[in-house]
Amino acid sequence: MIYPDSKGFYGEFGGAFIPEMLLPNIERLKSCYNEILSSDGYKQKLSSLLNDYAGRPTPLYEASNLSSFYNTNVWLKREDLNHTGSHKINNTIGQILLAKELGRTRIIAETGAGQHGVATATVAALMNMECVVYMGEVDIERQAPNVARMKMLGAEVRPAVSGSRTLKDATNEALRDWINNPTDTFYIIGSVVGPHPYPDIVTRLQSVIGIEIEEHFRLKTGKDYPDYVLSCVGGGSNAAGSFFPFINNDNVTLLGAEAAGLGEKSGKTAASMACGDKGVIHGSFTYLMQNDDGQITEPYSLSAGLDYPGVGPLHSFLKVSNRAQYIPVSDKEALDAALQLTRLEGIVPALESAHALALLNKREFLHGENVVITVSGRGDKDMQTYMREFNL
Amino acid sequence: MRLTNIFNNKSDLLSVYFTAGFPELNSTISVLEALENAGVDFVEVGMPFSDPVADGPTIQGSSTHALNNGISLKLLFEQLEEAKKRVSFPLILMGYFNPILKFGVERFVERCVECDIQGVILPDMPYEIYDEKYRHIFEKRGVFPIFLITPQTTDERIKLLDENSSLFLYMVSSSSVTGKSSGNNMQQLAYFKRVAEMKLKSPVMTGFGISDNKSFKRVCGYTNGAIIGSAYVSAIKNSVDIESDTLSFVKRIRG
Repeated sequence: MIYPDSKGFYGEFGGAFIPEMLLPNIERLKSCYNEILSSDGYKQKLSSLLNDYAGRPTPLYEASNLSSFYNTNVWLKREDLNHTGSHKINNTIGQILLAKELGRTRIIAETGAGQHGVATATVAALMNMECVVYMGEVDIERQAPNVARMKMLGAEVRPAVSGSRTLKDATNEALRDWINNPTDTFYIIGSVVGPHPYPDIVTRLQSVIGIEIEEHFRLKTGKDYPDYVLSCVGGGSNAAGSFFPFINNDNVTLLGAEAAGLGEKSGKTAASMACGDKGVIHGSFTYLMQNDDGQITEPYSLSAGLDYPGVGPLHSFLKVSNRAQYIPVSDKEALDAALQLTRLEGIVPALESAHALALLNKREFLHGENVVITVSGRGDKDMQTYMREFNL
Repeated sequence: MRLTNIFNNKSDLLSVYFTAGFPELNSTISVLEALENAGVDFVEVGMPFSDPVADGPTIQGSSTHALNNGISLKLLFEQLEEAKKRVSFPLILMGYFNPILKFGVERFVERCVECDIQGVILPDMPYEIYDEKYRHIFEKRGVFPIFLITPQTTDERIKLLDENSSLFLYMVSSSSVTGKSSGNNMQQLAYFKRVAEMKLKSPVMTGFGISDNKSFKRVCGYTNGAIIGSAYVSAIKNSVDIESDTLSFVKRIRG
């Protein structure tokens, strides 16, 4: 387990680099989130919704065909089986309950591929709250089915038309909305990014993934922990949640897959830790992609969910302290891994999750070792890409 | 002229924000000359950033445009060195923190000194982070941050920011990003009065949503003056004669 210091720093990373206009909202959240998150009433509501509404716990599946192929024991944490199709719902349920505790009536969110937007629109519908989702104009064109889903759920999808008109700009627009609506609105951030206390809130809400891994692994093997935990990292929420209970146990090797896009040296990449350097993005000091003048550059990955120019400050900290290793995985390697999982296990993974699966080819795993891979989401939303890439 | 002299000697101050490198890469100096000739009291030079979260569409647009023109911090400081020979009113810089971090905070402060920049407005560097990590670098060289206060800022925090200000406090007129018209409502009036009655040691300039003579006059009744950004950026966006457009803009504001 790992928590930031009282100012929101993991080592040198994190903090709250925010305009004064956001300060009262952030301060309010900071002063009460710990208490709310650990209160019995909140925990009860959360676990009841996670179980009966989202479908938790998700299985820890021993993938025997994949295991035979790699001559090691591969376990899949099936976050793809959650309601709305990914781990994103763990966080949106938790945050909307927090919003209700704070007496907020209006929900805003940012989304890239639309997964977090759908998960937010879903819980807003459930709680009967007004919901506005900001989405880059370019992404709206690329992700029409998810836009329709959000609308069907009753959310308003507002295009972000500034800058590069993608996820980072949608995040800017959501922050601006929050500045303009400081009293009634709650911002549900989709990943372990943004100003303190968001990285900590989202990490803790996603830690249910890792806690279940630990528990199910013990039940199924009689062993206390696996040898490896593997996850994909865009902002890094499913990785933060998967790693969380194992961070203090050095016997567990933590591997994160960053999206290398067309390759680390191609200039068309979203691997913020491998290719970027330190700076401030969306209120947090962390690794990010920028040019020589400190302007944030547009990342590239075939996978829209990993297409973010920064990374959660927790991951920057785990990287520099050598507690976790982050490995760039290209579009091509992820596509190969997606097809392989589909053919060997009959599971079509999200393209994001396929990056984590591709790590099986990037490291030598020994016979008898136990490797847990978080399948963060299902591949339905990526079918157009798969159809194009695999000539289906 | 130093900023503090201006505050001591004049009221109803008019400060204008513009984006460096906009509308043309080399407009920076001509815009500054036009503003001085038009009688503006001091200027905020905007350092463009790719992701300006506290700004509305007008300043976002001018920032993107200026970056596409090729503006950078390095180039901006070269322009400001030249400007120093041509204009004499005080200049402050306004912009986001990441380009400064990349440039190097010490080097940034050093260049400010060389260009006669007396203050900086860094909206995404809150007081606490400034105080803990960067204060010594700025104070040692006599460059000072200007902090923002908003309708949501508590009296206690306003006092803290006031005590730690060396130039002035920037009063954000309403809860919004830049360029939204600020409503003439009772809530805003109560906020203006609340701040006025605190008898702060620092001068106060009001900004965000000031766009015409009426809104200018209104805030001058409560504070030392007003800062106008988006309205001016719009006024010179498609200008073919910046000098005369600036003159008429300032006349219109002052009334």
